Amino acid sequence: MAHRSKFSPALILRTVAAWSVTLLLFFPLGWLVLTAFKTELQAISVPPLLLFTPTFDNFIEVQDRSDYLLYAKNSVITSVMSTLLGLAVAVPAAYSMAFFKSKHTKDILMWMLSTKMMPAVGALVPIYVLAQQSGLLDTQLGLVIIFTLSNLPIMVWMLYSNFKEIPHEILEAARMDGATLWQEYYRVLLPLSIGGLASTGLLCLVLSWNEAFWSLNLSSAKAGTLATLIASYSSPEGLFWAKLSAASLMAIAPIVVFGWFSQKQLVQGLTFGAVK
Amino acid sequence: MKRLLPRLLLAPAVLSLLLWMIVPLVMTIYFSVIRYNLMQPEVTGFAGLENFEYFLTDPSFTVAVVNTLLLLGSVILITVLMGIGIALLIDDPFPGRGAVRLLLISPFFVMPTVNALLWKHMMMNPIYGVLAQVWLFFGATPVDWLTDFPLGSVIIMVSWQWLPFAALIFMTSLQSMNREQLEAARMDGATYLQQLRYLYIPHLGRSVAVVVMIEMIFLLSVFAEIFTTTGGGPGDASTNVAFLIFKQALLNFDAGVASAGALFAVLLANIAAAFLIRMVGKNLDK
Amino acid sequence: MAYLQLQGIEKEFGNVRVIRGIDLQISQGEFVVFVGPSGCGKSTLLRLIAGLEETSGGALRLDGRDITHEPSSKRDLAMVFQSYALYPHMSVFENMSFALKLAKVDEAVIKEKVARAAQILNLTSYLERTPKELSGGQRQRVAIGRAIVRAPKVFLFDEPLSNLDAALRGQTRIEIAKLHRDLGATTIYVTHDQVEAMTLADRVVVLRDGVIEQVGTPLELYDRPANQFVAQFIGTPQMNVVPAKDMQPLVQRTALSVEPDGFIGLRPENISLCAIGQGQLNGTVELVEALGAETLIYVATESGVQLVSRQTERTELTVGMPIGVRIDVDAAHLFDSKGRITRTGKARETLVH
Repeated sequence: MAHRSKFSPALILRTVAAWSVTLLLFFPLGWLVLTAFKTELQAISVPPLLLFTPTFDNFIEVQDRSDYLLYAKNSVITSVMSTLLGLAVAVPAAYSMAFFKSKHTKDILMWMLSTKMMPAVGALVPIYVLAQQSGLLDTQLGLVIIFTLSNLPIMVWMLYSNFKEIPHEILEAARMDGATLWQEYYRVLLPLSIGGLASTGLLCLVLSWNEAFWSLNLSSAKAGTLATLIASYSSPEGLFWAKLSAASLMAIAPIVVFGWFSQKQLVQGLTFGAVK
Repeated sequence: MKRLLPRLLLAPAVLSLLLWMIVPLVMTIYFSVIRYNLMQPEVTGFAGLENFEYFLTDPSFTVAVVNTLLLLGSVILITVLMGIGIALLIDDPFPGRGAVRLLLISPFFVMPTVNALLWKHMMMNPIYGVLAQVWLFFGATPVDWLTDFPLGSVIIMVSWQWLPFAALIFMTSLQSMNREQLEAARMDGATYLQQLRYLYIPHLGRSVAVVVMIEMIFLLSVFAEIFTTTGGGPGDASTNVAFLIFKQALLNFDAGVASAGALFAVLLANIAAAFLIRMVGKNLDK
Repeated sequence: MAYLQLQGIEKEFGNVRVIRGIDLQISQGEFVVFVGPSGCGKSTLLRLIAGLEETSGGALRLDGRDITHEPSSKRDLAMVFQSYALYPHMSVFENMSFALKLAKVDEAVIKEKVARAAQILNLTSYLERTPKELSGGQRQRVAIGRAIVRAPKVFLFDEPLSNLDAALRGQTRIEIAKLHRDLGATTIYVTHDQVEAMTLADRVVVLRDGVIEQVGTPLELYDRPANQFVAQFIGTPQMNVVPAKDMQPLVQRTALSVEPDGFIGLRPENISLCAIGQGQLNGTVELVEALGAETLIYVATESGVQLVSRQTERTELTVGMPIGVRIDVDAAHLFDSKGRITRTGKARETLVH
């Protein structure tokens, strides 16, 4: 048996290649992070500055702008509420399809999938008109409803797959042990599916937070989310990259971290289980 | 009673999605055949196919369709090719693989508007942007990306954002590869290239199809990046069908024409979706 | 009055009649084994008794009470699942005490009962572990413990040993037998393994295609099978069943009263080998399986019939050698063309000490 050293040249090559590609691809994001801690002057320095004394001034300044907090609050509220509402509707639906399978179950799932396929822009005009006429334009409620409906198919799918993975014999054992239907859910099903519920909720949170199409079109000054706020920085009112970076960083950091934890769910959710 | 419970549980989800699907669709169809301008609500009347004619003969329309296809095609090509490359590179363990995965998937979770501005200002600004500095470093004149290559810039932004998605899917798919199959091939004397050709690529075939379908569906609606950076311009250079509809609806306030365009976009999407649905359906049967 | 009574039990899945009229009486304290090939409906029948599936027809009575339409939780039955179905998020103690907790039994009583069951099953040191941290055999014992703690009217076992490796299987089988002896509980046990059926059962129910083929003690089934199916299902190696047509010379010589289209059944131990020409048939050795305590010899007769012979002695025979076959004609079971028994062969002798 040939003895292979732990650090073979192939391994070293691969490690270097992988890390180079990674750092190159991650660079823009990393640059954003760095710039957030620079002064405005440092941010636009030519050639670009890599070493500098970091400052938290930008974060403080951005926080002081009252509208940042408003937008942040809107993002939080709309994401959280749409996730909760989504779960409230999706859990029973997924439960019924997973445990009371009928011959229509598959059709319903596929149909739900197809509603997600419709491009948002296809519904732009009617939804805008409806929102305008019902007074839901530029309101948190309006956004919450839209976000919930957009994410509902994905949530139902993910919860459905999650419930299917619970061996039904465990629920039968609970029944034999004398559990009523309610006890079956509360004592056995819920603890076993809490992981799936959490990750589905997390994914919904991420999707709602990052949602840009409806936010940009249906909200502005009052119910605007962070997506809207950042977009409004697009007109060049002078150079303020450092503050822009700080604001952006605050807007994306928690979600990127959430994203790290929900990789698997992302794959399953966005491909509707087509890739395992 | 036993059959009522599951239906009750399903009802809210099904009903709301039904409404979500049907109401806008019906309204869109309705709007597309009447005259309806949001700024002039008094102007009404049956327009027949006028709106469609207007939308389709608008010179911007052809440009938008071409742009849409270019955008779609380029992003899919870039993300799939590079995605496979990355997935293959990372498939076997190496020091720091966990950290690499986290760094690689991060761009996907960045808000599209942040993504757009990040590129517009910090990377692509012709004077202060990083890309400009790199160009200068190599003695070349920096490129004014957004002005000279508006669609290209959008393509870069969107590809950067979706590459992690494709790579993640391929990584997942590779993990499920039958290791014993690879070992058998190795024992049969296959080189890496041969393994690639006969084992890896066929196995990835399915997830490539999924990635292409999903990207087709979501990329048809690329909007935020265009809205935040180029505004569709200069002229129509970076307008895609989605943005064109938006322009008609909320900039020209012509809901009628916009609705006609929307139906067209829905048609496009349905074609792509039909394939994906079939594939997912097969998976459900397993 | 039977303790557990099945009357005309029917079950349909869609248009398929899976259980087709089962009548059975089980006495208190009996260990009854349901056995049969895959798809015979034994697991379905068990699940019907458990209440996990609803009957399409018929009645179920337990200890005088009609439980046909009662939900599982009210039938006072305990089931040990093939996959054990332990609650993964609970410790062994919690798994075993779950039912009692649901029944709002006093905590001290729960502790005592679980401790006793754990002691019987050697689980005392594992009470705080979760199922993940247990081996297959330990998980199985927890599943049994969960049932014991409840002291139900009937224990139901659904192929409990099939997920264990061979050594563990034999050991656990003995433990289950001991348990039954100590607890004296009425038990219904489903298996496809007829060795388990023979060794554990007070009575065996042989099922095929949703119908009972025969009910009896293990030895009754072995010595007096009601038909060809049961005869071939019980006993390893399988009983030699030969069409009477292929054994005409033998039939005529010994005046066996078998129908011309019928079958002759011979257990391997009723076939012995001798020098060529010295038995009723001649043949060639095809395969020798030396198992140590006994030897199985596969022979093909001149007319092409395949037979298995069993002997306790070692053999020097090898493949291809010509051999004579001696048949204990009195022990032969005779079947008609439809497989029904027409004559039961003589049983083996009982050794009296």
